Amino acid sequence: MKSVPEKTANTKKEDRKTSIMQTALKLFSTEGFYTTTMPAIAQKLGMSVGNFYNYFSSKDQLAKELMLYISTVLGDKLREINMTDVSVKEKITMIVHMYFSIARERPELIEYFLRVFLSNREIFTKECTGMVCVSGFVTELMLFFDDGVQRGELKNQDFFSALGLFMGYLGGMVFLNGEEVLPHPLSEYETAIAENIYNALRKQ
Amino acid sequence: MKPRLKLLWLQGVTCNGNTHSFLNYPHLSYILETFEFLYHPLLPSTYTLEEISTCAHECDILVFEGAYDPRMERVGTSLERVVHHYGNHARYIIAAGSCASFGGMFKHSDPEHITGLGFDEKEPKGPFVKNSKLINLSGCPIHPEWMGYTLRMIADNKPISIDELHRPKELYSYLAHHGCTRNEYFEWKVDSDHFGTKEGCLFYKQGCRGPMTHASCNKILWNDVSSKTRAGSPCFGCTEPDFPRTNMFETKTNMSIPQDVPVGISKRSYLTMAGIAKSFHIPRLEKRLIDDNT
Repeated sequence: MKSVPEKTANTKKEDRKTSIMQTALKLFSTEGFYTTTMPAIAQKLGMSVGNFYNYFSSKDQLAKELMLYISTVLGDKLREINMTDVSVKEKITMIVHMYFSIARERPELIEYFLRVFLSNREIFTKECTGMVCVSGFVTELMLFFDDGVQRGELKNQDFFSALGLFMGYLGGMVFLNGEEVLPHPLSEYETAIAENIYNALRKQ
Repeated sequence: MKPRLKLLWLQGVTCNGNTHSFLNYPHLSYILETFEFLYHPLLPSTYTLEEISTCAHECDILVFEGAYDPRMERVGTSLERVVHHYGNHARYIIAAGSCASFGGMFKHSDPEHITGLGFDEKEPKGPFVKNSKLINLSGCPIHPEWMGYTLRMIADNKPISIDELHRPKELYSYLAHHGCTRNEYFEWKVDSDHFGTKEGCLFYKQGCRGPMTHASCNKILWNDVSSKTRAGSPCFGCTEPDFPRTNMFETKTNMSIPQDVPVGISKRSYLTMAGIAKSFHIPRLEKRLIDDNT
């Protein structure tokens, strides 16, 4: 029998892993973390439970890897913006647009962060403490703020004061949108929100 | 008996710090036996400064201490003339300290005219630009062992490999960070809130430039005993061309993020690593090293 080249086998396994994570993200963010079982995810994917455990040895491990995955996806997007040669004000507009676009097109990414990661800290205290699972995204935000101050566009202040203002605002809006409280689609708030953030963070 | 090499120690705009620091060299007697000091501000010398300033002599090694100001006079002769005369005839020109190397502290009194011997900060400028004889021993003050090493290499007729800023690689390829006893605190991002304590890293709050400074202070200890960081004071980056910087007891941060990160490491890589390391609490590193009250 002809053996499968190792690289192809690895790629296939990675692809399968990604599809498991996407399915798990949707289930966790809509059904809730505790009510979604590993067999339920396997069933949704048409996999045996035994095979499923070949990819993720426990639900906690899956939870952690999902957070790493989300952080990487958002971090990569933010990195593209950081590398763009535009003003800090324009970058803020781009970040708001990017975040709301993801919330619209792949809501499970943001929902998981808000409704699973932030709301069930007991799952993440061991292996996802501090920045461990969110460093991909937070590092890019640090670079964004650092650049803003160096360019003289943003006020030099405590990192977490600025982080809370920026991401708390965006997360709050996505949360309200998810609760169907907002009278308008998220995209209609982008300009005003970007301006509010810029005004709050800029150097006076 | 081999004739002794003739060494001339001249001074420009200086605080005499390098002269005094060199007196701490533990093998000074070897230097005095091996070299004839034509002139030195403190050590017994063959000639007076007045005699040297006539430019009637020649030396094998010119050691120059202090920043270079061509308008300055030494006993009625312009420093420019004295430096050119002795430098042109010497086999080696040693810039002793950061002022002689890059302009240093005294350059700030007249940035337009005052330089080092071959550099104005890191830009080529001064009487010996791109001169292969020039060896910069930067530091404020110079480490006595570094001067001792250089003179002994010259006395033994051994080649001295230099970096792009003319500093001996053997002494300046290291960072002040290398050998720092606080490295574990740096790895786990445990800050020091005070000077003079044994614990904590001085990079995050106290302005330490160790990870960005080419110097072997923590490899070749001062007086064979200690270094700034070991004693609880931040490294000021005194061997680098941009010394002195302002607010040297503070780490310049932008939204709590260090403006400068360890040399050769991208800020993205550094922040990724630092953010993760800072996420963990290591109780052992948060306690006093020696606490007799527990």
